[in-house]
Amino acid sequence: MQSVLGDKKAILILLGPALLVYTLVKLVPVFWSLGLTFYTGNPLSGFDFVGLDNFSRFAEDPQARSALWFTLKYAFVLSAGQIVLGYALALLYVFVLRRASTFVRTVVFFPTVLPTVAVALLFNSLFATGQRDGPVNSGLESVGLSAVDWFSTGTGTFVVAIVMELWRSMGFYAVLLYAGLVDIPEETLESARLEGATGWRLVRHVVLPLSLPVLLSSVIFSVNNTLKVFDTLLALNNGGPGGETTPLTLYMYRTVFNYADYGYGSTIAFVLTVMCLLVTLMVFRSARRDITRA
Amino acid sequence: MATLTEAPARAAHARTPAPRRRAGRTLRKLPVRILVGLLVVVELYPLVWLVLGSFKTQDEFFSKPTWALPEGFNFDNYTEAWSGGGLGRNVLNSVLVTVPSLAFMILLGVAAAFALEVMVWKGRGTVLLAFVAGIMIPGQMILVPLFTVYFQAGLTNTLWPLIITYTVMGLPLTVFLMAAYLRAIPREIFESAAVDGAGMLRSFFRIAVPMMRNAIVTIALVEFFSVWNDLLIALTFTTRDELATVQVGLLQFSDEYGSTQYGPLFAAISINVLGILVLYLFLNRQIMAGLAAGSVKG
Repeated sequence: MQSVLGDKKAILILLGPALLVYTLVKLVPVFWSLGLTFYTGNPLSGFDFVGLDNFSRFAEDPQARSALWFTLKYAFVLSAGQIVLGYALALLYVFVLRRASTFVRTVVFFPTVLPTVAVALLFNSLFATGQRDGPVNSGLESVGLSAVDWFSTGTGTFVVAIVMELWRSMGFYAVLLYAGLVDIPEETLESARLEGATGWRLVRHVVLPLSLPVLLSSVIFSVNNTLKVFDTLLALNNGGPGGETTPLTLYMYRTVFNYADYGYGSTIAFVLTVMCLLVTLMVFRSARRDITRA
Repeated sequence: MATLTEAPARAAHARTPAPRRRAGRTLRKLPVRILVGLLVVVELYPLVWLVLGSFKTQDEFFSKPTWALPEGFNFDNYTEAWSGGGLGRNVLNSVLVTVPSLAFMILLGVAAAFALEVMVWKGRGTVLLAFVAGIMIPGQMILVPLFTVYFQAGLTNTLWPLIITYTVMGLPLTVFLMAAYLRAIPREIFESAAVDGAGMLRSFFRIAVPMMRNAIVTIALVEFFSVWNDLLIALTFTTRDELATVQVGLLQFSDEYGSTQYGPLFAAISINVLGILVLYLFLNRQIMAGLAAGSVKG
């Protein structure tokens, strides 16, 4: 029997194709990219070995610094928003709406599956100004405030991007965290209630500590995703105005495909990978149990 | 559950007359109802506004207030977006990319997960780890070498770069989740099949695959959204307009007309949203559960 379960030919047939394409299309390119960080140039102009110059260039490049700073700011603000709103919604589903929450849950989740490009173009119109005022500026004007030209400043674009992503993803984080809250045994909550813990105190002292693991893995998942933001900012305002809302991903893309510097582009990609790696290592440490159980 | 939790509250208010109590409850629930109503409006109004806009003429966009209803329901914008704006071509390309990508990804991923989880051999842990590690690596890290190779192999004039890249980028999560599902199936099933003389290939196709049908649907849905909604890979490897997928086409939509024609643009976005909505109406339970389970994906 063990020889059947260890049948070499079957292993080769089942695993071989996947392992082959995975190695060729993922593993090899990763090491290739790693190697490119020591070079500058592109296939047409040829490559020059520059050692660690790309990294010192990254440290001094004002555009790279601003992209790195923007990426961190975006990831921090958006992740905080996603978790806070998602958790508030999850609490609403579990403790207030209870079984009636299915409809609300389904509606609020829906934008999660919409294409980012479509959502970004929609929000570009929602916040439009001038001749073609969108609902947001029309609303501001109708309550006596003046319209804001959101997309002419980096801050304005940043605000719209955050609002858009929260609109899109809070339903997802709500469902993720909801799954964690539903797992809290009813008896635990009941005995806490009998001891007089209600409302905010129940959440603060009983629910929050018990949902900490799923909360933690959501935080790390969220940071990990928001660090890689690309299409939102590209489709919303083309990374502008003047590159003010250009994250690392977009800066890397432009370095490679507009300025044809494959080596420096790979260096930016490497910095991004290291950032994601640090976060993801934490995901696996905290979330392994939850996910394999699903 | 409801009766249990309401018991203390009821005892406390036992002396209040019944009608007043009911009125009080309705009043107390009012803020929550308003909040929930507001939430639903905030989520849905932008989409309703979008679809209404898709019926407006260019003139209406500039001369009427933004929340005005369209003057009529004509579908000119839709035909303009579909054929004039090339959205029809884009949708076809997206289908031609998504279907084979999902098929390859699932076939390769499920088979690999079976070999790694059910079968017994030395080094399987290491190989599984190598696959799972791929979840951590952002697409940017493989973009440059792949572009170089696809370009030199003359593949950039076809949809193959997209199909190959999506297949491989989806493999880590597919292998990871499928291995987790297989772990939940009792090993005795495969062992007794082996005792009965079934080879492992037979066990895989006749026992494992039918048992994993739900898991396969789940992973297919999760990966469908990540392939269909992707912009990065599609933008990098489609060098010609005829090869553009839906997301690339949409991104370039406003440029095509010089000064934007808002009606067709809104119609194009609407087509995207409504297409996904139809899928969501039928499969929302599986989609929500699947995306939550697949949230290790990076």
